[in-house]
Amino acid sequence: MDRYFVRRWVDRLVLAACAAATLLALIPLGSVLYYVFVRGVGALNWAFFTELPKPVGETGGGMGNALLGSLKLVALACAIGIPPGVLAGVYLAEFGSSRFARAVRFSADVLSGIPSITVGLFIYSLMVVTTKKFSAFAGGSALALLMLPTVTRTTEELLRLVPESLREAALGLGVPKWRVTLRVILRTAAPGIAVGIMLSVARVAGETAPLLFTAFNNRFWSESLNEPTASLPVNIYTYAVSPYEDWHRQAWGAALVLLLLVLLLNVSARLLVQNRVRVR
Amino acid sequence: MGCSRAPTSGATPDASKQVRGEGSRPKVITLNGAGATFPYPLYSKWIAEYNRIYPHIRINYQSIGSGGGIQQITKGTVDFGATDAPMKAEEAQKASGKLLHVPTTLGAVVVTYNLEGVSGPLNLTPETLSGIFLGEIRKWDDAGIARSNPGVKLPNKDIAVVFRTDGSGTTAVFTEYLATISDDFKQKVGVGKSVKWPVGLGAKGNEGVTGQIKTSPNSIGYVEFAYATQNKLPTAAIRNKAQQFVLPSSRGATAAAEGVPMPETLHVSLANAEGEAAYPLAAYTYLLVYQDAKEPEKGAALAKFIWWAIHDGQKLASALDYAPLPAAVITQVEAALKTLRAGQKPLLDGV
Amino acid sequence: MSVSVNKVSALPIVRGRSRFRTYLGAEQNLGDFLFRRICALFALSVLVLLGGLALEMLQESEASIAHFGADFIVQKEWNPVRQQFGALPFVFGTVASSLLALLLAVPVSFGIAVYLSELAPVWLRGPVGFLVELLAAVPSVVYGLWGIFVLSPWLRESVEPTLAWAFGFLPLFQGPQHGFGLLAGGIILAIMITPTVSSVSREVLRAVPLTLREGALALGATRWETVRVAVLPYARSGLVGATILGLGRALGETMAITMVIGNRAEISASLFAPAYSMASVIANEFTEATDDLHLSALAEIGLLLFVVTVLLNVVARLLVWRVGRLPQGGRL
Repeated sequence: MDRYFVRRWVDRLVLAACAAATLLALIPLGSVLYYVFVRGVGALNWAFFTELPKPVGETGGGMGNALLGSLKLVALACAIGIPPGVLAGVYLAEFGSSRFARAVRFSADVLSGIPSITVGLFIYSLMVVTTKKFSAFAGGSALALLMLPTVTRTTEELLRLVPESLREAALGLGVPKWRVTLRVILRTAAPGIAVGIMLSVARVAGETAPLLFTAFNNRFWSESLNEPTASLPVNIYTYAVSPYEDWHRQAWGAALVLLLLVLLLNVSARLLVQNRVRVR
Repeated sequence: MGCSRAPTSGATPDASKQVRGEGSRPKVITLNGAGATFPYPLYSKWIAEYNRIYPHIRINYQSIGSGGGIQQITKGTVDFGATDAPMKAEEAQKASGKLLHVPTTLGAVVVTYNLEGVSGPLNLTPETLSGIFLGEIRKWDDAGIARSNPGVKLPNKDIAVVFRTDGSGTTAVFTEYLATISDDFKQKVGVGKSVKWPVGLGAKGNEGVTGQIKTSPNSIGYVEFAYATQNKLPTAAIRNKAQQFVLPSSRGATAAAEGVPMPETLHVSLANAEGEAAYPLAAYTYLLVYQDAKEPEKGAALAKFIWWAIHDGQKLASALDYAPLPAAVITQVEAALKTLRAGQKPLLDGV
Repeated sequence: MSVSVNKVSALPIVRGRSRFRTYLGAEQNLGDFLFRRICALFALSVLVLLGGLALEMLQESEASIAHFGADFIVQKEWNPVRQQFGALPFVFGTVASSLLALLLAVPVSFGIAVYLSELAPVWLRGPVGFLVELLAAVPSVVYGLWGIFVLSPWLRESVEPTLAWAFGFLPLFQGPQHGFGLLAGGIILAIMITPTVSSVSREVLRAVPLTLREGALALGATRWETVRVAVLPYARSGLVGATILGLGRALGETMAITMVIGNRAEISASLFAPAYSMASVIANEFTEATDDLHLSALAEIGLLLFVVTVLLNVVARLLVWRVGRLPQGGRL
């Protein structure tokens, strides 16, 4: 056997091993998708989407309040987290060469890596204990804090990608810098930023730990944003660890809804990115 | 607002008339409560029934464990708390006002298990129980267990103990019993809502423990009676102080309560109670309410709900395997509820 | 009016207008002036939030730090009844499950990274890469749900008995088999960190200059040899950084691990034994701790988690950034 033969086979072996590793990683994905779909699809009926939960131990009912609650929480998170995030990103991109900007960049990176439960603790001390209320506001704020660093960095990176020539042309026409940034640069980078936001929303929609201490939970429709609010992820957790079969069924259903939402956002984000790249 | 008509004693004051505004739809009042998982099946039924009668009163109860109930009512983030373990003096001190314990029903802590081939009740003596939960008795076919259960085929498998990880009144009741009948347990583990168990798996809430037992073969744990029956799990018959093996039942809980008078503080332990038919692990469960309500409207709505619960609500207890409060206790609770006020004004006027 | 914009000096040459313009300094324009400061304000908020978080955690943990000192981390006893709070079981649970996760995930992730950046056919890279990234998109609580009803029963019925039969002489594989425990926790964490480690590794491998690869290929190396000889040594620090990022992610994971790890504060040599992670104990006990010392101890655990994840993040980014900075490097 000559050396080249051995080398060729080692090469093939390694190729096979790496391909096998990839396949191995995809097996759990397949399993999760399969079980969530198979066990969840049976739970999705009209009652699931519109009704309130029934008393403990009785079958039936639904999680209309949790669905609405999740929507409210995500909307609040976007409202609180996106504008500051985008503007902070603008600062870093347009004015960002000072020590201050470096510190901000560092903070954003650090914030994006901390465990979500720590954020929940922070908002609990900051908002829940002081106002003596669990509320959708507190929950939304916790989620916003999770979104903020990602939105900031994404905005910064995308703004930097806009060609300098565009900037110079606008400035050369006498447009004030703030206008250039908002109307020209941001508008150009907007699709990319939107994609980043979509991915952030997908991540935040599934967060459970920070909501445990902030939005808490609610068996009814929450009338105002200042009340404890039910949400899909918290319901999945509560129902999954319970002993009731009917609750397990509903947990799979909720997981399916959540997963579909997250998948939809991720796939759209991916397609949008591909489109943009192709057009440009 | 408007006055209620004077109802006959024991009947519920007309809450809906109290809070009617100008329009025809009464104002929605939401009460937030949190606490014990022990009475949750019954509370959840009560809330649904009460909401049916008075649709504008919404009571949002989260079962997070007695410890959670005490913590949240002390902090003031909820309108009422619920606990099976009465508040200790240090805990009561932290509240911003005086908290009343209001017993609402009688339940039973049962020892439930998932044992292959054994679907009926096992007889367990106090010594066996403490041995299992101390980790000293490790296998199901141990001599102690076999002796109390002649004729039952016990497998030679490890006992998988399941305990509560959260601050639990159920744990407090169970450990109180074990400490009463076993000095060894008292020394090694102690009594409390959250103790360090020498063996086993942890789960959150009565729901979590029941769920864990259902999915784990050869497991054993302590839960509130309703959870075992709702999930068709077998329950052990425990030997009581009168040396009788008693299965958990609402009768057994009532028998236990009969032997123990309720003091003025409105909380008392029923561990290892006297009586032939007494179930040794029965317990009262309590609501925690501020005597001086901060928001008069909410305070009044809460007071009326509790009044309904200790009268009409008691009829729903037996169906869910809780026992109704003894008549003497109801009288004491009525007196306590009448002391609830908002500022100077009593909340339950006209009753 | 004409203005000559002079960013450096505060006194540009101005004709006509006013000291107001002087006051505005470099911007010369009210809009720009306000815009810059508003943006700066929001940028500051990021800093303030991080600082606030750290301070708040410190404040909440004060009582516990004062009471237990450095012993907190090495004491084994977590006993609320006796007011004894030692965090060692949780540190053990977190570290053990994360290390197990790294052990399982890192080889697989490196394999994926190498496959997708070097060895796979080009048309396959996009879709497969996307699928691997989808692993990161699944919410933690859904993994937990799957863990309770699919993974744990499978472990309890098939995997753990097999491991005990084959390797039962090792204390690692002894003891009762529940399906819930360190092994389940480690496996779920491994699944969750694989996308992070593999995508960062892919970026790192991509940052390796093409010329290095081409040189190796020109000398007659096979694809694997190219990777081994030219790419990996260059990317080594970045790959270590990717691993550390994965570790950081594993340490902070809460829901999925709470649902399968067994929630028992004990240190055991067996993988089958239940354990308790730092994030899980906070999630389980925080809303229910009734005495101040208990709460403070939990907050201190949160603080520990925070500090460790921050440190790991910083180190990881430095390592990954180094690869990117070398000639012809790419961005992260």
